[in-house]
Amino acid sequence: MSEGLNRIPMLLSVVFGLILSVVPLPHWLNIARPDFLVIVVLYWSIMVPRAGGLMLAFFAGLLLDAFKGVVLGQHALALCLASYVAIKLHLRVRIFPVLHQALTVFWLLALYQFMLFWIDGMSGHPITNYARWIPAFTGALLWPVFAGLLGNAYQRT
Amino acid sequence: MVALRTAESRPILGRGPSPGLRFFFFALLSIGLMWLDQRQGYLESLRHALSMVTYPVQVAVNSPTAFWDWLHESFETREHLQAENAQLKVRLRDADFRLMRLVDLEQENMRLRGLREATSRVAQRFVVAEILRVDLNPFRHRVIVNKGTSDGAFKGQPILDASGIFGQITRAGTFSSEAILITDAEHAIPVQVNRNGLRTIAVGTGDPGTLSLPFLATNADIKAGDLLVSSGLGGVFPPGYPVATVTKVNKAAAQMLAEISAEPAAKLDRDREVLLIWTNEPPIDVPAEPEETTATKTTPGAKP
Repeated sequence: MSEGLNRIPMLLSVVFGLILSVVPLPHWLNIARPDFLVIVVLYWSIMVPRAGGLMLAFFAGLLLDAFKGVVLGQHALALCLASYVAIKLHLRVRIFPVLHQALTVFWLLALYQFMLFWIDGMSGHPITNYARWIPAFTGALLWPVFAGLLGNAYQRT
Repeated sequence: MVALRTAESRPILGRGPSPGLRFFFFALLSIGLMWLDQRQGYLESLRHALSMVTYPVQVAVNSPTAFWDWLHESFETREHLQAENAQLKVRLRDADFRLMRLVDLEQENMRLRGLREATSRVAQRFVVAEILRVDLNPFRHRVIVNKGTSDGAFKGQPILDASGIFGQITRAGTFSSEAILITDAEHAIPVQVNRNGLRTIAVGTGDPGTLSLPFLATNADIKAGDLLVSSGLGGVFPPGYPVATVTKVNKAAAQMLAEISAEPAAKLDRDREVLLIWTNEPPIDVPAEPEETTATKTTPGAKP
């Protein structure tokens, strides 16, 4: 599995994604905060599915659960699903133009949010606020930037 | 950036289980985790272990703002410090003056309670905890404080700030704990109108500046400006601490219940430091006041 793959940029980007998803922001920005860690995981799922794949998604999700203090496994399941779809589509998504990629990422993020929404409801803490869908939009808007940054990090290795 | 990668990054058939199988495995694992966590509560030790991992990151995330605050304090001007010092002296004098009477009143209270063989529940001990500047979910009012079970914090421990009740601990880790604020939409606190002893429940609204009192009838004796203090029913919060001030009372004649909103006394969104308190009785003592509890349950807010 691991021959010839340098996983350091991946792990570094995961740490940065995690920090960015909990760093304090003013309230109005906080509502629109993209799911940085999710975008990072989706990027690696699309570009190098063998490097992290679903295991990366699962553990990143578990970390998010621990940070956000929700029921353990919630973000893990949602992130695994989004990452699985991304891995399934990765050969196609890679050759899409970047805007088309952003659209794909948008609905992956929406799928992720929907899973969270659903599990929130099932575990008895529903958040029925339309603002909770904003991160999917902002995340998709930021995808070109992310793909550029992470692409640089990946190619340098 | 988006070009096709070389062969080394392309999936090669026959390497490990297929993505579908892996997804099935991880999905089952997460659902199992959720079930264990939600229904059984078995995962406290795993949570503890995870909080050891998350705490350093939380401290790291918090450190730039903490450093900035420290810098700000270090380079405060002399005039500013003098003004603050003078202001604090005045406040200390006022507080001392009130404290003089308090010692006497406390003695009298103890004596009277001794006559009635009733125990008082006054905060006995407190520890100052710092709120870590870490954003959790923007739709929930939860914070992380830097005290955990190693400092004696426990689940359900009340948290106060200098001006009122702040919240309670929902999950105590080893070095840090998660707390819920009284304004969280999932939080409710039993309160009493200080003016006449009317008891009710203040429910969080999800808005950082508002509590709502949904269980009072339209003929209840409550008006804007009333101070709400904790009633101590429910056994979590000690009685007699300020919770909120009533800001708006809307008594529509057609409605059974009045719409009442109140503003929390604690500075929920501006606090840096809060107090974790221990009362002199075990935290959960619901059977200690059975008559009062049932009385409020059957006729909420009916007692004048």
